[in-house]
Amino acid sequence: MTIRRALIASTAVTAVLTLAACSGSSGGGEAAPPASTNHKPITITMWNGFTDRELGVIDKAVEMFHASHKWITVKDTGGVDDDKIVKAIRGGNAADVTMSFSADRLGSYCASGAWINLGSYIKRDKVDVSIFPKPSATYTTYNGTRCALPVLADVYGLYYNTDLLKKAGYTEPPKTATELMDMAIKMTTYNGDGSIKVAGFVPSFGFYEMSPAHVAPAWGAAWQTDDGKSSFSKDPHWAAMMEWQKKFVDAIGYDKLKRFTAGAGSSEFSASNLFETGKLAMNLDGEYRTAFIKAEHPELKYGTAPFPVDDSQPSLYGAGYVTGNLIGIPKTTSGDAREAAWQLVKYFATDTAVMALLSNELRNVPTTLEALNSSQLTPDPLFANFIKIYQNPGTSSTPVTAAGTADQDAISAYMQKYQAGSGGDLQKGLAAVDKAVDAQIAQSSGGAAP
Amino acid sequence: MTAPTVPRETSPRSDAPSQSERAAAARLAKRRADRRRRLTVLSFMSPWIIGFTVFFGYPLVTTAYLSFTHYDLLSSPRWVGLANYRFMGKDPNFWPSVRNTLWMIVIAMPVTVVFAFCVALTVSKAKRGAGFLRTVFYLPTLAPPVAATLGFVFLFNAKTGPVNEILGWLHLPQPLWFDDPHLAKPVLTLLGMWGVGTVMIIFLASLLDVPAQLYEAAELDGANAWQRLVHVTLPSMSPVILFAVVTGIIEALQYFTQGYVAGTVAGGGDSGVGSGSSLGYPEGSTLFYPVWLYQQGFQYFNMGYASAMAVGLFVVALAVTVVVLRSARHWVAGVEGAGG
Repeated sequence: MTIRRALIASTAVTAVLTLAACSGSSGGGEAAPPASTNHKPITITMWNGFTDRELGVIDKAVEMFHASHKWITVKDTGGVDDDKIVKAIRGGNAADVTMSFSADRLGSYCASGAWINLGSYIKRDKVDVSIFPKPSATYTTYNGTRCALPVLADVYGLYYNTDLLKKAGYTEPPKTATELMDMAIKMTTYNGDGSIKVAGFVPSFGFYEMSPAHVAPAWGAAWQTDDGKSSFSKDPHWAAMMEWQKKFVDAIGYDKLKRFTAGAGSSEFSASNLFETGKLAMNLDGEYRTAFIKAEHPELKYGTAPFPVDDSQPSLYGAGYVTGNLIGIPKTTSGDAREAAWQLVKYFATDTAVMALLSNELRNVPTTLEALNSSQLTPDPLFANFIKIYQNPGTSSTPVTAAGTADQDAISAYMQKYQAGSGGDLQKGLAAVDKAVDAQIAQSSGGAAP
Repeated sequence: MTAPTVPRETSPRSDAPSQSERAAAARLAKRRADRRRRLTVLSFMSPWIIGFTVFFGYPLVTTAYLSFTHYDLLSSPRWVGLANYRFMGKDPNFWPSVRNTLWMIVIAMPVTVVFAFCVALTVSKAKRGAGFLRTVFYLPTLAPPVAATLGFVFLFNAKTGPVNEILGWLHLPQPLWFDDPHLAKPVLTLLGMWGVGTVMIIFLASLLDVPAQLYEAAELDGANAWQRLVHVTLPSMSPVILFAVVTGIIEALQYFTQGYVAGTVAGGGDSGVGSGSSLGYPEGSTLFYPVWLYQQGFQYFNMGYASAMAVGLFVVALAVTVVVLRSARHWVAGVEGAGG
């Protein structure tokens, strides 16, 4: 009897806990309260992903905010990733303002209402969202809901070792895909056993930043059709890009490239980075590499340029891929804290002085037009090229979906098979990827998979 | 006339309880004692019961419920019926991940169990240094799975790994190992064999427990070493082998850490754990069922579907265990109907 009661009690407890876990409130979308002139002192919290020296830069920006908003004290915590943000929002104890490094998370944050819709605050305070360049404006909205603002962007382009180029007889970086391949093959040198000693360029998808997302703008390849369906098989630029890449891989040798990249291990964000150590003549990378090189290998002589483009679309030259940080307000922030949080979000995303400070010290690209042209910005010429790429009208980002990186993962997985020679018929393979992506996005959106 | 009154027989002490009352009292006392005993047992078991309810029962019930919902981790779950289970048929990575996991059950698990048995047999026969050998073979078990996997990725690095260095000196082919979709799982099996210490120790204890007189009798009957192994050692150890097989299958079904770390690190690992280039690297060969489950739940915000996958895993693990245990009657000594 006692055991039975205990079982009944435990079942009841379980049921209650289950129901408790399943309940929850949705947030966002409601009208913003009138702007407050009541500057009652308040303390709010902010989470971001920066650490060490970079966190110090964020702290400086927070001090600047406090100087202009004396009634708001911000407790800033760094090293917080998206997983913690998600858990804290579910637990109801997230910071008042959260910053994410992962634009791919936005679909989830917006669709679920985990980050509040900033639309009413933007409207109330007459924030002109056209101050954000189009790509950043795009990756901070989901299905028309703006639940985040951009704070700094990562822009991708070509890095080239000027000494190695000069040694091979080149004075300019490549501008077309064919030039890149020809130059890379000429600059690749080999050891006695046939293994690669210095690579001109590593075209293998999966190596460092060589990913479909980062290369797609050079072919103008579209991720989705107008009706929001996956378009890998429908846009012929994907097939063209992959055929060029396969030809490139085969010209050097898949096996040789594999061994070369295996030797690189996880060196990308270390002083052993192959480009920084002179073992790679040209590389696709983000603007942040300029800061790494300055800190780790200041002796390296290099240049930066837009990534070479499809030979048949020379007008694309100058564009690139962009992604960036998001800043938003979790639904758990309420009352006066929400108003103060909005002031902080607005400040970080729109204030030119703070944007210039962050860009100068973190070496990321600022995300407002005014900051991009501000005299407070002090970019060196190598970094300035990325600012130009960012402002190019062809520069684009990946679409925000409810399934996070599912589309990028699916095409990456297929590209890795295709470059290895096991991808089968390209068009059929791309069609299969489309089907998989559409099904996954529908599933993650809560609809029935097609 | 009235009949004379016959005095009723009464007990010497009229206030003493009757037999039925005594029986009732005894039953009551027994019930109380039983109750006290149950309470005592329950109180001793309560830490486990609480732990089981909170850490197993509750998650299990919740997972079963979530498998019928659309749940993105952030908003409230929404009932979708069997949609998540139906999606399994449309998910292009579902069956490849099942195949990879099946490979671990059908190939890696038996190889590892046989290897553990062979090691235990060798150590049990050692005339000298048995303690040293036990320590040597058990030590790898102490290495955390992540560290051990990182070590193996380094050892088998196609370019800089010591294994290929040695093969190079011997003028032998130098495979791509973790970069080759055909070799990634075999190398993970090697990793499993390297960390076989726990099973080896259990086998060793069981081997040393086989009665010596059985071997003596077999020898008198003219049995050679192979026949002694097949007809004495294996039947005597069969309950322990059953245990190793059942736990091995369950571990293979839940195989996650090593595959996830190896795929991520060998695949570059800088684009983020489990993302893009490193997911199931190389070419999906390390995309095990639990890895895909994790990816769905925590990277694609598809916790409802991930829960359905988890329920599927639970049902399969339960079914396989039942089948193996039922088959035990045919080959495990001491189980009803066993031949041995």
